[in-house]
Amino acid sequence: MSDAIIGGQDRIAKRFAKLKEEGRAGLVTFITAGDPDPETSFEILKQLPDAGADIIELGMPFTDPMADGPAIQEASIRALDAGMHMRKTLSIVRGFRDEDHETPIILMGYYNPIYIYGVAEFLEDARNAGVDGLIVVDLPPEEDPELCIPTVEKGLSFIRLTTPTSDDKRLPKLVQNTSGFVYYVSVAGVTGAGSASNDQIIEAMGRLRRHTDLPIAVGFGIKTAEQAADVAKQADAAVVGSAIVSKIAESLDENGKATDKTASMVTGLVSELANGVRNARK
Amino acid sequence: MTSSAPNSFRALPDPDGHFGNFGGRFVAETLMPLILDLEQAYKDAKADPAFKKEMDYYLRHYVGRENPLYFAERLSDHLGGAKIYFKREDLNHTGAHKINNCIGQILLAKRMGKTRIIAETGAGQHGVATATVCARFGLPCTVYMGSKDIERQSPNVFRMKLLGAEVKPVVSGSNSLKDAMNEALRDWVTNVEDTFYIIGTAAGPHPYPELVRDFQSVIGNEAREQIMEAEGRLPDQVVAAVGGGSNAIGLFHPFLDDKGVEVVGVEAAGHGVHTGNHAASLSAGRPGVLHGNRTYLLMDDDGQIKEADSISAGLDYPGIGPEHSWLKDIGRARYEPITDKEALEAFKLCSELEGIIPALECSHAIAQIMKEAPKMGKDKIIVMCLSGRGDKDIFTVAEALGVEL
Repeated sequence: MSDAIIGGQDRIAKRFAKLKEEGRAGLVTFITAGDPDPETSFEILKQLPDAGADIIELGMPFTDPMADGPAIQEASIRALDAGMHMRKTLSIVRGFRDEDHETPIILMGYYNPIYIYGVAEFLEDARNAGVDGLIVVDLPPEEDPELCIPTVEKGLSFIRLTTPTSDDKRLPKLVQNTSGFVYYVSVAGVTGAGSASNDQIIEAMGRLRRHTDLPIAVGFGIKTAEQAADVAKQADAAVVGSAIVSKIAESLDENGKATDKTASMVTGLVSELANGVRNARK
Repeated sequence: MTSSAPNSFRALPDPDGHFGNFGGRFVAETLMPLILDLEQAYKDAKADPAFKKEMDYYLRHYVGRENPLYFAERLSDHLGGAKIYFKREDLNHTGAHKINNCIGQILLAKRMGKTRIIAETGAGQHGVATATVCARFGLPCTVYMGSKDIERQSPNVFRMKLLGAEVKPVVSGSNSLKDAMNEALRDWVTNVEDTFYIIGTAAGPHPYPELVRDFQSVIGNEAREQIMEAEGRLPDQVVAAVGGGSNAIGLFHPFLDDKGVEVVGVEAAGHGVHTGNHAASLSAGRPGVLHGNRTYLLMDDDGQIKEADSISAGLDYPGIGPEHSWLKDIGRARYEPITDKEALEAFKLCSELEGIIPALECSHAIAQIMKEAPKMGKDKIIVMCLSGRGDKDIFTVAEALGVEL
């Protein structure tokens, strides 16, 4: 495996180095590209860093998000209904990158839309658009030749999900080709479901740290600033997805269209979460 | 197409679950350890004579095997060509082939110490079979079923409930089989400790396509012996309907290395392949990744999965088992589309000529035979899998024929 650190991996590494300097954990925010429509989604995306997002996960909409709960399933459907597709997702990233050169963007989703786009072409276009890494839910290490290895060779990060079912036997395989950071899914379940206890997270962190020096982000079930702060005491970053996406849903009018409150309701929640994360270790 | 034929068509999948370019293990990491455990448990079971003995016991005394290979004399005469034999899976306990696989998987679940069973179902046949074995072995059972299918298969919903299963309606996506499978996977990823997922078709992540095929191969193994006994030779053609493809692969697999046996799968063409409203993933789809495997799928240019459309809820799925995708690509099997209308005609003809009301799923296979048998000589032999009984479909058929019940 090539150890070359270029482009995407660099932006992620720099961000975690800066967080370390500041002595705090980061906030990773998730929204689905094109939710509730491509324009509003782009507006929200541009405002996330100022609201306090340190890293952005951008969902690639898919018709069959098997590992997601209702909130993110509905976000995908809203985006697809509004005409979202992969090329538009990449063009939103390009637009963001024109103005923001520092906030890492991780594309998150399922393999089929990438496979159909064509792996080589997708990686080329994603890198040119300013994508820093990928999280692809349905590609375990057993399928690394499909996308993980080409991604890393292209200089982008392939961020692996580790879970409560990842034991000491499994973890070496999981961290092998991963880069950027390790995402710890703190509960076995779909996105937006219950959350893990502090003790469970502490135990999992201990296990993970035995296997990797990469930063560790913890997600699944984090809905409030308090929960985010709890996680931020242990982990290098806290990931919030469903709660943010639910704010988008809440802000829509009766026809499911964006309102003038949509962006502000999202940034309002992100600011609260960022406050929680930033003050956690004080 | 590969440049040369493999030595055997029965040697796959490889250790990573691949059938050529198809199959694999495309699942969330949370599920990987479970799938690896299952693979090991299945390897151990296969090597354990006690497992086979137990399996055979239940297939004989509970399912009612072996079932007949029946010469459909009047249908053969009517079509005026090849001799047609039905492998009578409709005579199994619960009325379809699905129970073969469910017996195998619940015995595996027991070996693995699992205490809760989940399943997805389309037509409800797999749901009923799963609920049945759960009742028999005393395990709680949750079946996910699309709300659209619950509506059109209400007798099976009631049967599942009588058997003590909880039927959970799925109201996401297209409210049918693929969405039920998504929901079952979501349940599994949430209940990793105690739950065994009994997948109903020869699809999903490795090792499911392999183990479902093996459990269903009893169909082809019996049919092979029975046709030798009846005719003293192998058939010229084996035919079965494919949704996910479990009854078909079960019939086909034991014949794959018999060069003289032509292998024909029949897909649901719904309103017609040209209309876009169909479930013919092999005829009109392309390779992609869904539900844990790479296989032919119906999708748009962005890789978004399309809704399938068929009068038969059991065939209403936008994908197909990966081994069928491989058999198509290497040319060992061919797959033909049959429309709703053609299947309905076959449903009526079989009922009237043979006194057998076939399931809408295998009515598609009968319809294909109606096209091909007349062109074949009277010395030719076709073996078809009559995968299930049609009682569950009478409401759907009545509606399609404009009859009020």
